[in-house]
Amino acid sequence: MHYIGIDIGSTASKVSIFNDNELILNFVMPTGWNSKETSLVIEKKLAENGIDLERSKVVATGYGRVSVPYANKTVTEITCHGKGAYYLLGKDATVIDIGGQDTKIITLENGKVTNFTMNDKCAAGTGRFLELMANTLGVSIKELSDMALLGEDINITSMCTVFAESEVISLIGNGTNKESIARGILNSITGRVYSIAYKHGIKGTVFLTGGLCEIDSFVNMLSKKLGVTVETNPLARYAGSIGAALQAKNI
Amino acid sequence: MRPKVMEEIEALRGVNSAKVKEAHEAGKKVVGMYCVFSPSEIALAAGAIPVSLCGTVQEPIEEAEKVLPRNLCPLIKSSYGFAITGKCPYFYFSDVIVAETTCDGKKKMYELMGELKPVHVMNLPQTAEGEDSLEMWKKEIVRLIKFLEEQFDVEITEEKLRDAIKLMNRERDVMRRLHKLNAHKPAPLSGIDMMLAQWIKGFNVDKEAGIELIERLIEEVEEQIRQGIYAFDEKAPRILLTGCPIGLGSEKVLRALEEAGASVVALENCTGYKGLDVMVDEDKDPITAIAEKYLKTPCSCMTPNNRRLDLIKRLAEEYQVDGVVDLTWQACHTYNIESYTVKKFVEEELKLPFMQIETDYSDSDTGQVKVRVEAFLETIEIPATTN
Repeated sequence: MHYIGIDIGSTASKVSIFNDNELILNFVMPTGWNSKETSLVIEKKLAENGIDLERSKVVATGYGRVSVPYANKTVTEITCHGKGAYYLLGKDATVIDIGGQDTKIITLENGKVTNFTMNDKCAAGTGRFLELMANTLGVSIKELSDMALLGEDINITSMCTVFAESEVISLIGNGTNKESIARGILNSITGRVYSIAYKHGIKGTVFLTGGLCEIDSFVNMLSKKLGVTVETNPLARYAGSIGAALQAKNI
Repeated sequence: MRPKVMEEIEALRGVNSAKVKEAHEAGKKVVGMYCVFSPSEIALAAGAIPVSLCGTVQEPIEEAEKVLPRNLCPLIKSSYGFAITGKCPYFYFSDVIVAETTCDGKKKMYELMGELKPVHVMNLPQTAEGEDSLEMWKKEIVRLIKFLEEQFDVEITEEKLRDAIKLMNRERDVMRRLHKLNAHKPAPLSGIDMMLAQWIKGFNVDKEAGIELIERLIEEVEEQIRQGIYAFDEKAPRILLTGCPIGLGSEKVLRALEEAGASVVALENCTGYKGLDVMVDEDKDPITAIAEKYLKTPCSCMTPNNRRLDLIKRLAEEYQVDGVVDLTWQACHTYNIESYTVKKFVEEELKLPFMQIETDYSDSDTGQVKVRVEAFLETIEIPATTN
């Protein structure tokens, strides 16, 4: 029996497949503008990998969770990230998920989500912010993050993505070097995560999920800002889809 | 199954707007009021009709933003937008508006509203504690009495005040009994219907008819309870909704909660139970009694506001709630800051799951609200029922 978790996020869609208790496959693709089409592409990809949907259980999560016609159930990404993080880490933690449009702080107790906080309706402190700023500087997010380590410790003070972009542009105009601007951008993200995380309350290990977990320089800067070692896992970007797949087992 | 009387209650929206027009045309005086701090008793004793005013709909906000800043709470913008566009019949037919210095946004907006109608602003103390506050508020009650006496050329006698107090207490009593029906597990009324019934009462031009209608609703609901007919089943998580006021048009969080399967059993906000908790003492001197009652309103504009925590605790216990949701309108600083205190209290003292949602009247964050609400309900584990 296959248990499939599909996490249709605002930027990226993630899929994880368990064959009974074994995690056999994870893949990611851009969500694009139509999550229904994305879910059909995923359906095809599953078939190519020899997965028979008739004999599988599917849980969909993420913003596009209602756009997966072949899902048996939908569960919110908060619960899925919590379950997925617990699977990857093997113990309770405070999970920080920096998603495309939301940043979430999730408290896990006995493997269950007991509390969570999400950023308010605004892109500040989210992956989307980082992506836009990287575009403004003409670099990738990985490059941006690596550059930031070499820059001066400056601050981008605008919380709003749109205004922060103008601030970055005026810094470029003033001749501030790219490394320092990159540092400012990263500081703005880690600062935002810092306030949400501490307002929520940090208990035990801090575990980072979402696409940024693959960028070491970012994980280092976040650890420094939070004053704790942020742990992560190479599969942490799939925490949501893994959590969804695990929930498919309960159907 | 929805009680049949709810249809009549919903129909009151049309009935009341026609009645306020008729009353105005018959030469009756109308006093428009925005807030649960406004003492309706004084307006009644002046022979006038106290009515609530519109302010719970997104639509007039665009017009309001021609004058007011965008980053202001939607309640203030909507209220002002309704006033300047003439789309609220209650505002339109009001002879005077009675307002209070609750929050900074409102008190400055009332200055602008004063260009449209005579607006009488009552000075609320910043704290409900201490003799000085009560003395100050009593003076404000007297000032309102004088204002209405002059405006309407009437005399507000002690006898008229006592009659008005009795009438308003009877309305509070019936609304309180209605609210308490949902202490039953499972709840017989949906939170949406409870909100509607509670919110609409403010617009009732004919208070006696309104009381009679709610009595009939209570009778019907009690009969449904006897027959085992409920709005939700026993497994539905029971939620206490606190925070900023809601009415028709601004019920999105309440609706999202119930659409996700929760049963909103208690409304602590000022359009719900907040104003019903304390009665006006009928034995005391009427001015003192009115001042005491209204000053006890546990609003976040007061500092400190521990009475709100006490009310949340009592409601949480009496209504056997499984979680507390605190709704904050964007840019409502007092409720937004107080949410931290409420969160600590609910989680640490009451040991209940808590969530704050900060939003406005628009549909722009429907998806995010839905995720929060659903995820919150996923964290609530309903203990197996014993009965």
